[in-house]
Amino acid sequence: MKLMTCPLNGPRNIQEFVQGPVVQAMPDAVAGTDAEWADYVFLEANLRGVVREWWCHAPTNYWFVAERDTASDTILRTYDAAALA
Amino acid sequence: MPLGLLRYGLARKYPAKRFFPPRAELRPSYDVVIIGGGGHGLAAAYYLARDHGITNVAVLERGWLAGGNTARNTAIIRSNYLTPEGVHFYDESVRLFQGLSTELGLNILYSTRSHLTLAHTDADLRTARWRAEVNKHLGVDSSLVGPDDIRRLCPQLNLSDEVRYPVLGALYHPPGSIARHDAVAWGYARAAAARGVAIHTQTEVTGIRVEHGAAVGVLTTRGYVRAGKVLQAVAGNSSEVARMAGLRLPIRSIPLQACVSEPYKPILDPIIVSGSLHVYISQSARGEFVMGGSTDPYTLYSTRSTLDFKEGLMAHLLELFPFLAHAKVLRQWAGIADMTPDFSPVMGPTPVRDYYLDAGWGTWGFKATPVSGKRMAECVATGATPDLIAPFSLARFDRFEQVGEKGAASVGH
Repeated sequence: MKLMTCPLNGPRNIQEFVQGPVVQAMPDAVAGTDAEWADYVFLEANLRGVVREWWCHAPTNYWFVAERDTASDTILRTYDAAALA
Repeated sequence: MPLGLLRYGLARKYPAKRFFPPRAELRPSYDVVIIGGGGHGLAAAYYLARDHGITNVAVLERGWLAGGNTARNTAIIRSNYLTPEGVHFYDESVRLFQGLSTELGLNILYSTRSHLTLAHTDADLRTARWRAEVNKHLGVDSSLVGPDDIRRLCPQLNLSDEVRYPVLGALYHPPGSIARHDAVAWGYARAAAARGVAIHTQTEVTGIRVEHGAAVGVLTTRGYVRAGKVLQAVAGNSSEVARMAGLRLPIRSIPLQACVSEPYKPILDPIIVSGSLHVYISQSARGEFVMGGSTDPYTLYSTRSTLDFKEGLMAHLLELFPFLAHAKVLRQWAGIADMTPDFSPVMGPTPVRDYYLDAGWGTWGFKATPVSGKRMAECVATGATPDLIAPFSLARFDRFEQVGEKGAASVGH
């Protein structure tokens, strides 16, 4: 069993979590072009290495930010989204 | 052949015949450089030589031949897809597979087993009927069958109502087959090498040189190589290699795990798949039950195995085949799957001129080995995209024209 530390609920089984997208800026809802939206929706950096992503603790529907290494399957840091600003 | 075998048996010495020629020096330039020595890259090299007379070709492989996803898939071949684009494409692959042992002079152990996709809910039945009707319309042998037919086709299956997800029906696809995956790659490699293709194992590509918007060569651990054209066929590492050419792909890398049991006497003929239960199983030529499930729950480049996967898989499999409770798992592994948003591949030209892509093979790559090799070779040789693969272009994502195959390409939905 792999554990992920939820900033709200503490260490929980990783099966309780849902992976979201990487943390990135969304195109402007009005001025964004089709190409910008296609890139935002479909294309991925898909890095082998350290990534910063949105994750959700499904039972509590709480979204937060996780930093993890996709090469070694280690979770480096998790924190509340308020810390992003 | 029998006489040759007899002569060999009676010979005083038994000279070992090399399957491939020894690795030669890297030449300074090739007409086509193929990155990735798996099934797809080797097949493309073979068809470049056979169909287009292009033999000044190098296949560059970081490790050993066919040691990536070609060695990690579960070797199922079928064409019962959902979209007309997908059905046409995989149907050509099935037909190429059927003649491949003769074509390559190597027994790939192609074995037609029939393929049953079980339906446990009304939604499953609806998808099965949809696929069956699309398949029939396009000349592919598929039909929707009920529990009585399933009992006849697979008496080992538990069809009791006293389970969590009773079987209501199935999509029956008689041409469904399995083959020896390594032999497919080795056969293509041997046939390509015999036509003059240079195969360079332990030659990692570390950079791609792009000048004035066109690929002109690749940097490797054995030096720089100029290339007329470059074809990337590195399932599992597509995003990382494409990044060297300055490309961003619609791909997320997610592990797909599988396992095999100890060998048993032949007992299970058809290939059994359940989308709702996220499992599939077949029995290989040497008797092992080959079992797999859906992709892992999050993106990763690590090929570790997990207990979560086995628990989920076994719980459902034992409901379908209670006799497997006695079977022991012999091997387990993972491959890294290139998952695309629409569960279809990404093939053809790219915004970088002379740089071609064969990627996005998620959980459906092995069954496409011959057709992708043949059509990518045509694409690279002629510079024009064949109609059969045009729907799978990278540019479809700019046009919001996805080819939605989720209902037919995976077991995780």
